[in-house]
Amino acid sequence: MPERAMSNAPVLDAAIEYRRGSFELRAQFALHAPWTVLFGASGAGKTTLLRVVAGLTHPVSGSIRLGQAQLLDTALGITVPPGRRRIGFVLQQAALFPHLTGRKNISFGLHTWTREAREARVEELLLLFEIEPLADRKPRQLSGGERQRIALAQALAPRPELLLLDEPFNALDSSTRAFVIEKLRSTSVPVLYVSHSVADAWEINADAILLESGTIVAQGPTRTILASQREQLLSQLSQ
Amino acid sequence: MDTQALLVTLRLAAVTTAILLLIAVPLAYWIVSTRSRLRAPVEALTTLPILLPPTVLGFYLLVLLGSRTSIGRFWVHLTGHPLAFTFTGLVIGSVIYSFPFAVQPIVAGFSSVDTALIEQARILGASRARILTGVLLPLSARSISAAALLCFTHTVGEFGVVLMVGGDIPGATRTLSIAIYDQVQDFAYSAANRTALLLVLISVTSLIILYAWRGAYAGARHE
Repeated sequence: MPERAMSNAPVLDAAIEYRRGSFELRAQFALHAPWTVLFGASGAGKTTLLRVVAGLTHPVSGSIRLGQAQLLDTALGITVPPGRRRIGFVLQQAALFPHLTGRKNISFGLHTWTREAREARVEELLLLFEIEPLADRKPRQLSGGERQRIALAQALAPRPELLLLDEPFNALDSSTRAFVIEKLRSTSVPVLYVSHSVADAWEINADAILLESGTIVAQGPTRTILASQREQLLSQLSQ
Repeated sequence: MDTQALLVTLRLAAVTTAILLLIAVPLAYWIVSTRSRLRAPVEALTTLPILLPPTVLGFYLLVLLGSRTSIGRFWVHLTGHPLAFTFTGLVIGSVIYSFPFAVQPIVAGFSSVDTALIEQARILGASRARILTGVLLPLSARSISAAALLCFTHTVGEFGVVLMVGGDIPGATRTLSIAIYDQVQDFAYSAANRTALLLVLISVTSLIILYAWRGAYAGARHE
């Protein structure tokens, strides 16, 4: 499958320190693989980490570099706003604008593009995710899987340099999930993907970052990092 | 029926509603999106006219708009006549008096919009103005309409502020509620009854529209 040729330079290089109440998140990591699974139990800080990378949550201190762009450097007072980070973000519950059609939802982030370029990009994504018949429907007229495909098209439309996915496939059946992942891989956009499911993360076959109580405890190939969790799951299933 | 008073009332209510929406929409957006410490005092100030007796508000406005203050003197210098006892003065009084009825429904409408949508709009590069016009306003259309309806109806029925600031000048500041007062003073109870019934009709119709919208909205949410 076509994937972005990775140089030695990381796609994303981040060091983040975040505190809220008694919860503390300290994470230093770099993304080298096209797909990276951020794995951890509920409450480990996965969503917070994604929100900090997206610029929606502000850390106490840290730096984030995406490709050549410095998105955050608290020491230098640099904070690039979310809309200028060139990052797409898709949540478990697709955040689609309920008053807009699928087509207008997809083109929401393309307001600075020319009309022709905008229409061409929307058509390209409608074709990619095979959602042309849904283009003129509003979100309430769509199923969960259909909404999720529109949400992915919306996030990809402005050609982001990184896509953050916060358990977006949980509500999808296995064939839709496989279809969506295949289409996403074909776009060559690097993905940081949150999951708390070992089976899900194992299947993605990517790099993994293991997060426990706000601290990164391991990073490497999924099948090495999550081997013990998989064994544990298999033994539970065989009981 | 005092047609002149009816026309003044409708004109006053329409102008007041239009001005209130223009002020309340950006103010409500600021209230729901700010982290400033000024939020609480500003919200308190916008709610104050609900608690203050209209005559108190009217009295202070009368003093403020009169020739003893710099604002009043500036207005006289600008236009050649004082603000008190004019239609413009009446509009200023009505805008302040109905302020909470515009701001509170719009704040409630904006607050009910899912924050995930606002964040998605920010990630997709929308400016604050585009978030307001492209996300918040269309998703709060019912709240904006409710605010407009409440402002209009509240202004139609106001008495104390109108009497204090506007006086009772036929064709300029005499509204329906003042007309009722005059009719009762003149023992013209039948005329007062007709005017009062008209005000009741306007208020009841507004409330029916408001509750019908609320019912339709609740129905749509449970579909």
